[in-house]
Amino acid sequence: MLYVATIFLPLIGAIAAGLFGRWVGDRGAQLIACGMMVLSGLFSIIIFRDVALDGNERVIELFTWIRSGGFEASWALKFDTLSAVMVFVVSVVSALIHIYSIGYMAKDPSIPRFFSYLSLFTFFMLMLVSADNLVQLFFGWEGVGLCSYLLIGFWYDRDSANAAAIKAFVLNRIGDFGFALGIFAVFYLFGSVSFETIFAAAPAQAETSFEFLGLEVHALTLICLLLFIGAMGKSAQIGLHVWLPDAMEGPTPVSALIHAATMVTAGVFMVVRMSPLFELAPSVLALVAVIGALTAFMAGTIALAQNDIKRVIAYSTCSQLGYMFFAIGVSAYGAAIFHLMTHAFFKSLLFLGSGSVIHAMSDEQDMRKMGGIWRKIPLTYAVMWVGSLALVGIPFFAGYYSKDIIIESAWGAHSLVGNFAYVIGVVVAFLTAFYSCRLLFMTFHGEPRADEKVMAHVHESPKVMTVPLVLLAVGAIFSGSLGYDLFVGDGGEGFWRASILVLPGHDALAEAHHAPWYIKLTPLVLAVLGMALAFLVYFMFPGLAGHAAERFPRVHAFLYNKWYFDEIYDRLLVRPALILGRGLWKSGDGELIDGIGPDGIAASVMRMGRRAAALQSGYVYHYAFAMIIGVVGFISWYLYGLMG
Amino acid sequence: MTEFPMLSLIIFLPVIGAVILPFLRSDNEVRWVALAFAVADFLLATRLLLDFDGTTYAMQFRETIPWVPSLGISYALGIDGISVLFVFLTALLGWICILASWRSITRRVAQFMISLLVMQALMLGVFCALDLFLFYFFWEAMLIPMYLIIGVWGGDNRVYAAFKFFLYTLVGSVLFLVGILVLYFQGGETFDILALMEGDYSFLVQAWVFAAFLVAFAVKVPMVPVHTWLPDAHVEAPTAGSIILAGVLLKMGAYGFLRFSLPMLPEASQYFALPVLVLSVVAIIYGGFLALAQDDLKKLVAYSSISHMGFVTLGLFALNPRGLEGSILQMFNHGITTGALFLFVGLIYERTHTRRISDYGGLMKVAPVYVVLLAIFTLSSLAVPGTNAFVGELLILVGAFASNMAIGAFAVAGAVLSAAYLLSMFRRVALGPAVYEKGEAMWDMDGREIVAALPLVVFVFWVGFYPQPFLDVMHVSVEHLLDQVYGAYR
Repeated sequence: MLYVATIFLPLIGAIAAGLFGRWVGDRGAQLIACGMMVLSGLFSIIIFRDVALDGNERVIELFTWIRSGGFEASWALKFDTLSAVMVFVVSVVSALIHIYSIGYMAKDPSIPRFFSYLSLFTFFMLMLVSADNLVQLFFGWEGVGLCSYLLIGFWYDRDSANAAAIKAFVLNRIGDFGFALGIFAVFYLFGSVSFETIFAAAPAQAETSFEFLGLEVHALTLICLLLFIGAMGKSAQIGLHVWLPDAMEGPTPVSALIHAATMVTAGVFMVVRMSPLFELAPSVLALVAVIGALTAFMAGTIALAQNDIKRVIAYSTCSQLGYMFFAIGVSAYGAAIFHLMTHAFFKSLLFLGSGSVIHAMSDEQDMRKMGGIWRKIPLTYAVMWVGSLALVGIPFFAGYYSKDIIIESAWGAHSLVGNFAYVIGVVVAFLTAFYSCRLLFMTFHGEPRADEKVMAHVHESPKVMTVPLVLLAVGAIFSGSLGYDLFVGDGGEGFWRASILVLPGHDALAEAHHAPWYIKLTPLVLAVLGMALAFLVYFMFPGLAGHAAERFPRVHAFLYNKWYFDEIYDRLLVRPALILGRGLWKSGDGELIDGIGPDGIAASVMRMGRRAAALQSGYVYHYAFAMIIGVVGFISWYLYGLMG
Repeated sequence: MTEFPMLSLIIFLPVIGAVILPFLRSDNEVRWVALAFAVADFLLATRLLLDFDGTTYAMQFRETIPWVPSLGISYALGIDGISVLFVFLTALLGWICILASWRSITRRVAQFMISLLVMQALMLGVFCALDLFLFYFFWEAMLIPMYLIIGVWGGDNRVYAAFKFFLYTLVGSVLFLVGILVLYFQGGETFDILALMEGDYSFLVQAWVFAAFLVAFAVKVPMVPVHTWLPDAHVEAPTAGSIILAGVLLKMGAYGFLRFSLPMLPEASQYFALPVLVLSVVAIIYGGFLALAQDDLKKLVAYSSISHMGFVTLGLFALNPRGLEGSILQMFNHGITTGALFLFVGLIYERTHTRRISDYGGLMKVAPVYVVLLAIFTLSSLAVPGTNAFVGELLILVGAFASNMAIGAFAVAGAVLSAAYLLSMFRRVALGPAVYEKGEAMWDMDGREIVAALPLVVFVFWVGFYPQPFLDVMHVSVEHLLDQVYGAYR
């Protein structure tokens, strides 16, 4: 009962706030939604203890959803270590963000709608992580995408927000296209969509291949590839990442909850959940590692040149997701989920902290118009430091444990892609340190660059916002050191049990513990160097950055314009699709089908009618002449018949 | 006649209403009486659905009265698990259509309502007929009220639309008639549909009849490339006409495949399955692209309809239980969702008298209830999980995959397109800065409109979350149909 309640309380909150918000008022909607969410958060802690620590795994069947001709999908909640960890992260972070939103959205005219969406999102996310079959996972998957769409476009009178919302949904749909195909292929191969059945049958299908368009394809490779495309869309990996930065058009709590802590990590979760299949498709794992590493690098470089505070953090999220994926690529699933958890804490902290800054600066997001405000908002300043240090990976902060174990696992894989990922991981650690400190220095230090009216108005946020910040900061500090032994320590198998599968010989994580000291130390050294460089460029000599941008205009433009992904997509995909649609309509439907079909027939009937009408001239000799020709014709035909 | 003639009652109740209408004095009385008859008919259809026995594939509620015995024609009615849902859907949309025309039709109200009621009776007849002659009678007679609805109460370009509609269906009808006659002479000079299903036709006969039926049904569905009448007909038709057209009339073609092509011409159906599957995928993608290019709300929904009906024919010719059940369920869903979308286009058209998407914007501010409901139907049309269309499309695609992987893969691509055009439609209509102020030109939904929309919302979620009752109704009949196709009893 408690288990079911944890998942469904947010739904009740969402419905109550959405339908009855008009009657219970803003305050009522807030109280209901937050109350339900806090309860769910507390329950999730109990679940974490019960399932992950004490090992009471269970599946709760609710009822059959679809049953037709051998296809069966049910509504069921699966609780094993993996989903318990996810439920814990989602519920707790969501509860904190709900509370924070009371303060952040205080002046918004449609508060009930906001809380309704936010709770609904949480419900879908919980359904996603506790699914026991692929179709239910897909239900949550599309549901979170939908709520993300609604929340990005929450301020619907802004055109940019609406455009970003659609972009997010459509790009996610492209990923979902792969995911859906993957599900169909799974059903085709295994005759089931239930995890238990699939995983049990997977080893037997390791050698099967599909016939697709005349090609022989290794079945599991194809399936995993398709599923991974879905994960790439949701988790904003290179190529399908362009929606994530634009998604920052939504209110900041949304960015923190959806686009940092939970939804974007759904792809990571899904691949980890499907680890028994991915383990049997080593080439896809290698691809995952390469894509993850490339994403980490690309996003890390773009973050260097952005000026919008939220976009910097968004690219940072993208980059950290890349880390998680290359951890998966080297079969270090535990490390990926570990980083997912710590990242959820420190990244939502960074987002909420930047929200607090934006709040203080009268809704200004451009870091070029900030600066010199650290004394005025000391608490925000402090938690932003905590979040950044955790992100950079400074010892004793959460990120240090989770990020370094990923980098070490990459080394521990002892393979080509592993080494590639290791090098990229180390480089990105440097980039991360640099842009994080750049953000801190540009935002809080130096000369104030905002106008006086704004500056006079700078103030610390109310308690309802700062308390969640402090709680998240606690998580950002301690979640790493507390979780290390459980998630990625030597006894990892005892903690994860059957929820993830690592084939013998793939155990990069165990290898990682035996990494030599210089391998372990390099990321830290580079991180410190990165911070030092940022300190020099943005704190000691503030003119230096602009100078560098002028020296290398091409490089700067390339990074500032985000590697030109949007421009390329617009030229190659968006415009041609619209032109194709219009062209097909005008020429295909209009000229070809109608021209030959109904309109053409009509026109020729009219033509014939006109000709026939012309024959009826009314002159007797015309008719007589025609009659004579006719008679002659008949007679000759008759004679011809006689002769023949 | 031992049983109560339930089906006859359902079919002829609207006709009785239509006979009464001319004697009423005011337009308002006409509306209320028409509504009363439609609702009564709906209640009867609900009763029918509840009494329906899902454990047998045999025809139920049968009525047989000899009509022209010398030619083997009889008045025979009956329903099985395939047709019962359509009877219900028709009766449901019937009274919603009347509510939708409440304010928008002010000219010749009585005649309009008579057309609607007669139309409803004929459509119900199509789904209940067990005699091919009777079927053909209903099938053709149906065109007359539809032609009138478009031609008399339609928009400015109604003559062109009605003409196009007629031309296409005429070609279809002629070929259909030829096919029927061939079956009649080959199948032992009877029009009894059940007897004709037992007939043993040579492959050549099957192939030719299948081709003739294919054209007839493809026009109705409509499948690409014989679809161009649909956007024009929708654009010119009044709201109720569009709802009927999308909700029920388009199902007739697919129903024809289910009732005639598959069971009577099984070998030809298997032989021609692949070309039909290809045409279906073409419809899905082609319709999607065309919808992307539209600025007219009704045209957009019409092209999306073509795309969605592509899924239906895809599921039918996957020729396996999942595909077929998904397909039948999707026909029901399409009736609900697309019917609702046309209703909603009609609602704002009544207020502003424009269908151009670019004339709208920011309705969220002025008409929040309208926008929330519109959002639900848009999402349903997008096949978001939790809505009705998801279940249907999922089953269809699972079925299509089993029968041909490449076809299935292409069909999934249609989902990306539908997200693009439906969401941008929703954005341009509902979001952004408000174009209309509250008042003269724009107001939120009133009670009557909400009553018309609510049952549709209920079905969107009911089928979305718990489709089992609907699937249970058809399981046995679909199994039987597949036995017929694959010849288990021959």
